[in-house]
Amino acid sequence: MSLPEGVEYRDFGDGTRLATKGEPVGAEAVSDGWRAWDPRRSKVAAMLDRELKLGLSSGDTVLYLGAAAGTTVSHIADVVGPTYAVEFAARPMRELVRVATDRSNLFPLLKDAREPETYAHVVEADIDVLVQDVATRGQATVAHRNREFLRDGGRLVLAIKARSEDVTADPDTVFDQVIADLESTYEILETASLDPQHADHLAVIATPR
Amino acid sequence: MTNEGWFAGLDPGDQAAGAAAIRSGRADQPADWPALAVEAGFADDASEYYDRLHAAAITAAEEAARERSRAPDQQLVHAVRSMDDCSRLANELAERVTEWAGSYFADTGAGLDSVRDLAARDPDDAVEARIISVARRVDDLLTERDELRVYLENETPTVAPNLAALAGPVLAARLIALAGSLETLAKKPSGTVQVLGAEDALFAHLEGRASAPKHGVIFTHPAVRETAPEQRGSAARALAGKLSIAARIDHYSGDYRPELESDLDDRIERIRGRSTE
Repeated sequence: MSLPEGVEYRDFGDGTRLATKGEPVGAEAVSDGWRAWDPRRSKVAAMLDRELKLGLSSGDTVLYLGAAAGTTVSHIADVVGPTYAVEFAARPMRELVRVATDRSNLFPLLKDAREPETYAHVVEADIDVLVQDVATRGQATVAHRNREFLRDGGRLVLAIKARSEDVTADPDTVFDQVIADLESTYEILETASLDPQHADHLAVIATPR
Repeated sequence: MTNEGWFAGLDPGDQAAGAAAIRSGRADQPADWPALAVEAGFADDASEYYDRLHAAAITAAEEAARERSRAPDQQLVHAVRSMDDCSRLANELAERVTEWAGSYFADTGAGLDSVRDLAARDPDDAVEARIISVARRVDDLLTERDELRVYLENETPTVAPNLAALAGPVLAARLIALAGSLETLAKKPSGTVQVLGAEDALFAHLEGRASAPKHGVIFTHPAVRETAPEQRGSAARALAGKLSIAARIDHYSGDYRPELESDLDDRIERIRGRSTE
């Protein structure tokens, strides 16, 4: 098994589920201080469930782009070190702030992931893992622009949403194009479809060239 | 651009200044900020640095989110959605109470007017008391809907003068709501503005199940609705083009340009003229 330290399959009384330890967020299942991490709701949980090697280890620094209301980033922050959570929308930010208030290593930033110069004065260099889950056209461009934060040998954990690039095109064609674009600055290590939990999403694990 | 961290030149105890620096600062590249902050004396060690960053980042995110959600265009978005909700709820509840009243009273009609008549009655027994009370809720919802419309008619022109003049205040607010904000509306191509509110039809078209929608919510505009069906696509395209320009002026400059209206009238007249040739 390749689960990061701090992430385990635990028995919640209705079968074993992926879980992390920490302050509960919202109405999720909790057992013995462990919070269920639902692969149907979280793309990163779906990646772990597929045994992808995300490179998350305790003490790592993480930059998370597209944190939304913070459910996924809260699980990540509970197993790693300093975690920077970028989200552009004001509405989910209120919830993200609540989640971050309970976690001294989670730093919320209301910023546009397409403009890293607006948060490069806050987010430190040599990040271990860059997680990207942004529903915007130009997802490869976002990954290129944020590559400057990653250390050599660090990991890009990307969930490509085909419909954000082009709703009319065949998802496989979109994935091929995004990956070809990524390969100019990243070396692709693994890919996996996130169907059926996340339709038309492809997980990509890469490292900077 | 300088390459300094958010903490440069700050008093470590001044959380408000830290939040302001996080919100408005920039840097060309990231750096080892925790080490640099310790070196600069901003914190004794990395752990203290992260505590200060945490406090300032939470404040900055809260302030920035609140500021954005209190923006005037967001009040129009909530008001127009509330107006539509009041309308939908009133109709739904009116249907229920009409059915109930029809089964109990000898003389009730159908429609919202009959519900308002019902609301004005005095009950004679416990059942009538309930029926009439429900009818009064419908009446209240209709009153609120009308007041929200008046609010939109007053407020939209102050937030988006050109868009309100061209589209009418309610349609202008509805377009802003569909786009999410005045800024996102201003950044949309006019072809998108043309079909805002017709997303189902648009996706059916993109999947090859239908022809392209000619118009979305702008169908309610007289320039489209009162144009002959065979010219409506052209009228919708012309209107959407002018609405996009209006939204951009409202977002980027904000001054009122009356000539936009006469431009639109000319275009629509020319389009309608083509059918008689």
